[in-house]
Amino acid sequence: MNKSREKLWIILAGAVIGVIASALVLLGNPKNMGFCIACFIRDTAGGLKLHSAGVVQYIRPEIIGIILGSFLLSLTRKEFSPRGGSSPMTRLVLGFFVMIGCLMFLGCPFRMILRLAGGDLNALLGLVGFAAGIVCGIFYLKRGYSLKRTYRLPASEGAAMPAVAVVLLILLLAFPSLLAFSESGPGSMRAALWISLLAGLIVGGLAQYTRLCMVGGIRDAILFREFKLLFGFIAIFASALIMNLVFTAVKPDAAYFSLGFEGQPVAHMDGVWNALGMLLTGFACVLLGGCPLRQLVLAGEGNSDSALTVVGLLLGAAFAHNFGLASSAAGPTDAGKIAVIIGIVVVILIGECNIARNKKKG
Amino acid sequence: MTTIDARGLSCPEPVILISQAMKSGEAAYEIKVDNRVSKENVTRYAEHQGYKVSVTEADGEFTLAIRK
Repeated sequence: MNKSREKLWIILAGAVIGVIASALVLLGNPKNMGFCIACFIRDTAGGLKLHSAGVVQYIRPEIIGIILGSFLLSLTRKEFSPRGGSSPMTRLVLGFFVMIGCLMFLGCPFRMILRLAGGDLNALLGLVGFAAGIVCGIFYLKRGYSLKRTYRLPASEGAAMPAVAVVLLILLLAFPSLLAFSESGPGSMRAALWISLLAGLIVGGLAQYTRLCMVGGIRDAILFREFKLLFGFIAIFASALIMNLVFTAVKPDAAYFSLGFEGQPVAHMDGVWNALGMLLTGFACVLLGGCPLRQLVLAGEGNSDSALTVVGLLLGAAFAHNFGLASSAAGPTDAGKIAVIIGIVVVILIGECNIARNKKKG
Repeated sequence: MTTIDARGLSCPEPVILISQAMKSGEAAYEIKVDNRVSKENVTRYAEHQGYKVSVTEADGEFTLAIRK
């Protein structure tokens, strides 16, 4: 694919994803949360009774769809590639702390864009922290940071995460009595199952095709003056913003766009901790090589390191709600602040411990 | 000519390795990668730096010959 076609594709994909995200809110998802990989993995952890926060329990079909959309498209494009073995435990720990950072801010990098597109200015502080975290990660990349090589693995290993996604879908459809479903709060706000699943499949396919990554956009722009991924980031923001403005014009009472800091949906106003939460997320994501959305897509492509990262995200969500680390609209908790500080220290240690001593020239 | 084995490394590491190697200002480099994303990203970077890239593929691995 030539460069201008690549750019056109990622802008188109970003625009479509922005429209889908806004439409999901119109169809029932929480405001500014058409998509949020962190929130939806957290809801899924709750749906599986891995935590007991009653307001955030629902196996989100969007997550299942993203994994399967990426899996199916990678198969047809001959890009399904079972591989792993690149510091799996370190990746799980990084995934855990990505989630701790996201639940301090109340959203993954994807939702950060959607919050900005909904007029939530608290997300600007998140963006500042996110960019600072990416700069911290780049500092280690430039010093030779590496989680070492991946190796080819059997097809069954690569298919494990897509198989888990299918099992979750079967549970949701055939055995709902085994699961927890929120009756109030964000977990109770959801678009119809099939619509959510279809949205996930489309977004997973588009992200697989374009390599869309929220962290990669800012990282590559700073590191290489390469703006391809950043165009996708900006296109999601622009299209979601336009859709929110249109929906608000049609239904003014619903206020899909509301500019300001106060009263924003599923958000708090503590700027310092919004920034520090996303700093942790951006930093850890650079050391992982991609944002939570990208990890889901890579897991769908057969990457078992990314599959373990997703397990880390799930564990992080369960711990965050079982130990009171997650923020709420009332603000961050003291335990959550301590967890974010510990997370930043752990990510620095992981960076220091994985700087290659010898350059890989042969 | 500098040869880099970036097989098994995920992006952006192959691009960082080639960008660091290019600081020496040589006229030719060879880099091996084993996934399409790395192949595309290294090619894009090298072309942006004014190099020409030719790719050979064998058994799922790509060898990129990068020349001025």
